[in-house]
Amino acid sequence: MAFKESAAGRVFDAVNAGLMVLVVVVTLYPMLYIVFGSLSSASALVGHGGLLLHPEGFSLKAFSAVIRNPNILSGYRTTLLIVVLGTAFNLFMTALGAYVLSRRGFPLGKPLMMGIVFTMYFSGGLIPRYLLIYRTLGLGNNLLALVLPSAIATWNLLIMRTYFQGIPESMEESAKIDGANDFHVLFRIILPLSLPVVAVVTLYYGVGHWNAWFDAMVFIRERALYPLQLILREILVLSNMDTMGSGGEDLEGLGENLKYATIVTATLPILFAYPFIQKYFVKGIMIGAVKG
Amino acid sequence: MDRAVAGFRRHGALYLMAVPVALYYIVFHYGPMYGAVIAFKDFDISKGIWGSTWVGFKHFTDFFSSFYFWRILRNTVLLSLYQLLWGFPAPILLALLLNEIRHVRFRRFIQTASYLPHFISMVVACGMLVDFCSRDGVITGLLAAVGIPPVNLLTQPGNFRTVYVASGIWQEAGWGAIIYLAALSGIDVQLYEAAVIDGAGRMRKLLSVTIPGIMPTVVLMFLLHVGRIMSLGFEKIILLYNPNTYETADIISSFVYRKGLGEGFQFSFTAAVGLFSSVINLTLVVAANAVSRRVNQTSLW
Repeated sequence: MAFKESAAGRVFDAVNAGLMVLVVVVTLYPMLYIVFGSLSSASALVGHGGLLLHPEGFSLKAFSAVIRNPNILSGYRTTLLIVVLGTAFNLFMTALGAYVLSRRGFPLGKPLMMGIVFTMYFSGGLIPRYLLIYRTLGLGNNLLALVLPSAIATWNLLIMRTYFQGIPESMEESAKIDGANDFHVLFRIILPLSLPVVAVVTLYYGVGHWNAWFDAMVFIRERALYPLQLILREILVLSNMDTMGSGGEDLEGLGENLKYATIVTATLPILFAYPFIQKYFVKGIMIGAVKG
Repeated sequence: MDRAVAGFRRHGALYLMAVPVALYYIVFHYGPMYGAVIAFKDFDISKGIWGSTWVGFKHFTDFFSSFYFWRILRNTVLLSLYQLLWGFPAPILLALLLNEIRHVRFRRFIQTASYLPHFISMVVACGMLVDFCSRDGVITGLLAAVGIPPVNLLTQPGNFRTVYVASGIWQEAGWGAIIYLAALSGIDVQLYEAAVIDGAGRMRKLLSVTIPGIMPTVVLMFLLHVGRIMSLGFEKIILLYNPNTYETADIISSFVYRKGLGEGFQFSFTAAVGLFSSVINLTLVVAANAVSRRVNQTSLW
């Protein structure tokens, strides 16, 4: 704007910029505090109250305890397995559903859509769901219990369907004339043309699996199968000292320090990926908003 | 009959593709709806869902007349209302203020930073809260500096809702602002130009162009939130609450979890409580949608 700014306008701009800086500080400082705390020495940290503006007495001891912690390692292993295989399965099922629902003139399309959308607004509840998965299907203590019941997130299905509907029908028709069936059309034509939405949905599912903990708490009994978030819950929320170390070493006084190092170790992959993936998430909201 | 055969031939592969999807929804979504009939029975594992004896509305009347009914209903509604009161305007305000920042890179930086907390897992976010609010935690320490006695904030029933709502703003305000920023960028620039020609200043433009421009989005989001007022999730609650704070923290969903799976295995009773809440949620969503259709000409379905 080339217009002259009034005095009041300039004051507002200054106040607003100040407010925004405050927003950034409030948002980022808690994470910075954790990082400083994780790099501090345990003894200096115990004596320190209030804000941390830098690590107190630098030490990497907490990190060396965390990476030697067998619980964290096995947690990482389970989580990575579920993120990779679970997300692949999610994508396959969601693409099938989105494709079927996006075809005009498919007689089952409409009733299927109604049946699916209804489940967004009504559910049988936690307890019947538990009884089904645990008792009826017998998936207790089985990692499939963390994958099968959440095979399709209806919101992601609808995002993908909206995107598929925007692809010109002529693409499909010309392929069909050349003798392609619907599997070919979906996997060779539609999906390669839908990479933006595939990226968005992959990330939504991947991060969802990474963050999930509740189903594992209810269904998984064997500690070796616990995903990372469930281990984190024991360490961070329940302050379970046994989970914090490998059992043998002396963790006396390392409590807070160790918690912070655990948070950093468990959050680092997401934070590293963050600059690359955040724009896809934003795109997901936009695609969803078009329909909403 | 011939038409059906022809239709099947034409769409054969599509039927095949629909099978796993339909099966998934039938088993994992409609299956639990069938299982919810145990709310009207005394569920006995050895007899199965169908074989257990019918008891009608016994579990519902037990629930309505129990000490917990008013407590968890009140807690659910109050927590939702506080969240609506403070958490709903926060992203709108953030989006409006961000929109007034002209320096593009500064604006982008703030925006990117503001939705970072959304990516921190619920377990880690609650772990941080538990640590910061403990007796010698950093938040407790800051409050002590202004004269509030240092106690573990999460053991005080009076603090629970504040901690829950404030941390919710930290987690979600930046992320929630995205949809409003999209609405803001969709406002026709010509409207601003016309307003300037008519002599409008920044305040006038905000009140007469910007706010009316995002109003449909605001109303839609508001109705969505109202529709979900009773369906507050339990994940954050069960990570943060403890027996000291049940009085204000225990909501319908956390109660169902605790009585059904956490402490006791009162399957039929908690299934009844869950069904009660599902029915209310459905009613609220339908009502919110009816209002939305009337005022906004938009509908969720």
